[in-house]
Amino acid sequence: MSAALAFDLLIIAALVWSAARALIVADLFRGVVLFIVFGLLMALAWARLGAPDIALAEAAIGAGLTGALLLDAVGHLRAKREPEA
Amino acid sequence: MRRVLPVVIVALAALLGVALAAAMLALPPHAVRLPDDVAANIAVSGVAHPITAVLLNFRGYDTLLEIAVLLLALFGVLALVKSHAARAAHPAHPLLQTLARLLAPLMVLVAGYLLWVGASAPGGAFQAGAVLAAAGVLLRLAGLLPAWAAPALLLRVGLVLGLLVFIAVAAAVLGHATLLTYPPALAGGLILTIEAALTLSIGLTLAALYLASTEVRP
Repeated sequence: MSAALAFDLLIIAALVWSAARALIVADLFRGVVLFIVFGLLMALAWARLGAPDIALAEAAIGAGLTGALLLDAVGHLRAKREPEA
Repeated sequence: MRRVLPVVIVALAALLGVALAAAMLALPPHAVRLPDDVAANIAVSGVAHPITAVLLNFRGYDTLLEIAVLLLALFGVLALVKSHAARAAHPAHPLLQTLARLLAPLMVLVAGYLLWVGASAPGGAFQAGAVLAAAGVLLRLAGLLPAWAAPALLLRVGLVLGLLVFIAVAAAVLGHATLLTYPPALAGGLILTIEAALTLSIGLTLAALYLASTEVRP
């Protein structure tokens, strides 16, 4: 098995694992972090597929900006819940 | 019932996945060879990079509508913002502030580079705009920018500039041929003009999606 194939299989496994974990993890904050990890791995996968344009957009918008927005939403939800608890 | 439902959902999702895979495999191989068409016409597009040629020239109409959709999304966010009072920024840790002050000009430089290099290599308005927006989010997180719940005139002009320039160019070349068919001699310059305006507007819009929705914690 060549090194490139091993690397691709590793990316695929990590993608599926992070996607599944992001969906089923109970803690929202962890879910968002896993979503960002998924986005960065996806950017790597696009780069491996020879699509650097999509890789750039995925890393910047998919992982970066969406991640920042989701983290902010989690912060708002926590701030809302805390006075009640 | 609560135990059975997830299993049913997973089974249905798996079935859909198998059906989609079967449909993909049933497609005839290379029914249309679009990359060949792009390569054959790249000389008249005004740029050397095929992705930019498709986005800004061959399928410019799609990009024009995408920018409008992005702007509409921001209008939606602005309509949902409850308070339009000017909100000051939280002063963050001095180390983060210094880092943000150092990084922001570099990010503007990188955005300019991505915009310029988009004509011949991976890059372009969307990537450059995303980097600009990231700089805005970073400055906001460092407490150096106020929230944009009520954009002032200058900011509004910046937000719609990309769409307006795009429409203006589309209207200007309308007499020459069909919509967004640039004259080959001017195509490079027109695409760079559109992309420069788009970079600014995309950067401001994406940043505003974040900066308009972040308020001081109650």
